[in-house]
Amino acid sequence: MFWDEAIETIKPAELRILQEKRLRETITRCMKVGFYQEMFRREGINPSDIRTLDDLKKIPFTRKSDLREGYPFGFMAVPLQEVVRIHTTSGTTGKPTVVGYTKGDIENWSGLIARNLTMIGLTNQDVFQNMVNMGMFTGGLGFHYGSEKAGITTLPAGTGNTKRQIEMIHDFGVTAIHCTPSYGLHLAEAATEMKMDLSSLRIGIFGAEPWSEKTRNELQKKLGVEAFDSYGMSELYGPGVAFECPEHKGLHIWHDSYLVEIIDPVSGKTLGPGERGELVVTPLVKEAMPLLRYRTGDITMIMEDACPCGRGPKLARFTGRSDDMLVIRGINVFPSQIEHVLLAIPEVGNHYMVYVDRINHMDEMTIEVEVSRDNFHGELADLKKVQNKVIKSLRDVLELRTTVHLVEPGTLPRFEGKAKRVVDRRGAD
Amino acid sequence: MNCEQYMIRQISLFSENKPGRLAALAKACQEENVNILAFSIAEADGFGVIRVLVDKPDVAFSRLTALGFNVAFTHVIAVLMRDEPGGLFEIASKLSDAGINIDYSYAFSGKNKAILILRVDKVEEAIKLLLSHSFTLIATDSIQ
Repeated sequence: MFWDEAIETIKPAELRILQEKRLRETITRCMKVGFYQEMFRREGINPSDIRTLDDLKKIPFTRKSDLREGYPFGFMAVPLQEVVRIHTTSGTTGKPTVVGYTKGDIENWSGLIARNLTMIGLTNQDVFQNMVNMGMFTGGLGFHYGSEKAGITTLPAGTGNTKRQIEMIHDFGVTAIHCTPSYGLHLAEAATEMKMDLSSLRIGIFGAEPWSEKTRNELQKKLGVEAFDSYGMSELYGPGVAFECPEHKGLHIWHDSYLVEIIDPVSGKTLGPGERGELVVTPLVKEAMPLLRYRTGDITMIMEDACPCGRGPKLARFTGRSDDMLVIRGINVFPSQIEHVLLAIPEVGNHYMVYVDRINHMDEMTIEVEVSRDNFHGELADLKKVQNKVIKSLRDVLELRTTVHLVEPGTLPRFEGKAKRVVDRRGAD
Repeated sequence: MNCEQYMIRQISLFSENKPGRLAALAKACQEENVNILAFSIAEADGFGVIRVLVDKPDVAFSRLTALGFNVAFTHVIAVLMRDEPGGLFEIASKLSDAGINIDYSYAFSGKNKAILILRVDKVEEAIKLLLSHSFTLIATDSIQ
């Protein structure tokens, strides 16, 4: 099923013309952003030099750290009067990244989500329960608007209260759900415990954290759904950027709205189809916050085979990050955030290790930190207080519950050059 | 009155709860010819504090620190206790009546005596109180 068949199955030659037109419009919008004015001046680029897709390579990359320096509204290309919504995404040092949307952006974004939901077979016959954070996180309102646009009966369920979530699925005859894969598995187990029948479900959309084929099988078996992978990030509107079609072999990215490049994350060199690297995206229809060659940090590749569904080239399922960002239960965590917290607590040293595991389908983060030699006075109760202080400070900053292990000074590994303080053991499933 | 002679320096050592830590401590004491008179281990969430009374605290402290252990001195008192029913009660009740809190304690009973080691919140008060009730406190110089 198509939401917008003409654009979803556009021929390559026509697509290129559309992309180049939209690229030029995007350049024009970017010239209202101080950061890009300064970039073009520095690089000696004239906006009119960028006419075709081949010209794109003249432009340097934009990184998340650039966005951070623009906090809060430095990357807006329109006056705030034209911004109708703001979302934020967690940052590395306490300051979030701010993203803004015009009325047109909300229209575009909901349209992309409507395409995705129609592609996976949802219609106005469906009842859709959206079980992610409905606040500043883009996943909640993003899906909500798109689902309403597609005419689907939409439940803005949000997070928490699993018992109530299960009752709603059962009582309202919910046919489709959206949540993190870990929450999906948690939901299945809770329903079994409650002896509640979830057989009305037929489709599950899972995103915000990477998940394996093994998890897909488990989700499908336990929830009785067909599981679809969803990809997006706030800087590119939010969810809806790329989505699995019923073939379940990679994710369609909407080429009329996003210009895709894959690069070697170290050299910055462009890679061809079939070569795995970092996804770099130039959004083509964003109004409030246009971006050029944005480095997503996510690792994927452009797939060589055409999809039988008739839509354009797909991205392979994502396999990790090019930087050290972690996604824990759907929340972005940067090791530098952990470092900042530890530096502010004199009772512990600033050496640490982070271990991420998946235990009973939930991401669990364990932090090992050394007790500071000078602040030990021999009392067990003091150490317990220090441990609780670290846990609480981490929770305040990361909005995550963590396990903290106090270890003896001098026992954690010391690194020369780039530290490898994060051990993500979730891949093992 | 000089209470200090009854303030015994206990070595408190931070340790992760994993195999080999007590052995490492004991080995260091053996190599320095330090005798361990009493010890206890208090355990929390994945870590603990090993508390040791030794005959040569300064030697032990510097050796353990040199080995990388996180070590601190804590003042405790050691009371001679009747090794028969009621022996612990008469000490604990005196402290409790005086509003003195025992943070932690450990004890051992030997051939002809039992000794109670106490970490209390008001050390001097506890020493004066126990002496005034004719208890025998172990003086630091008799063991260290």
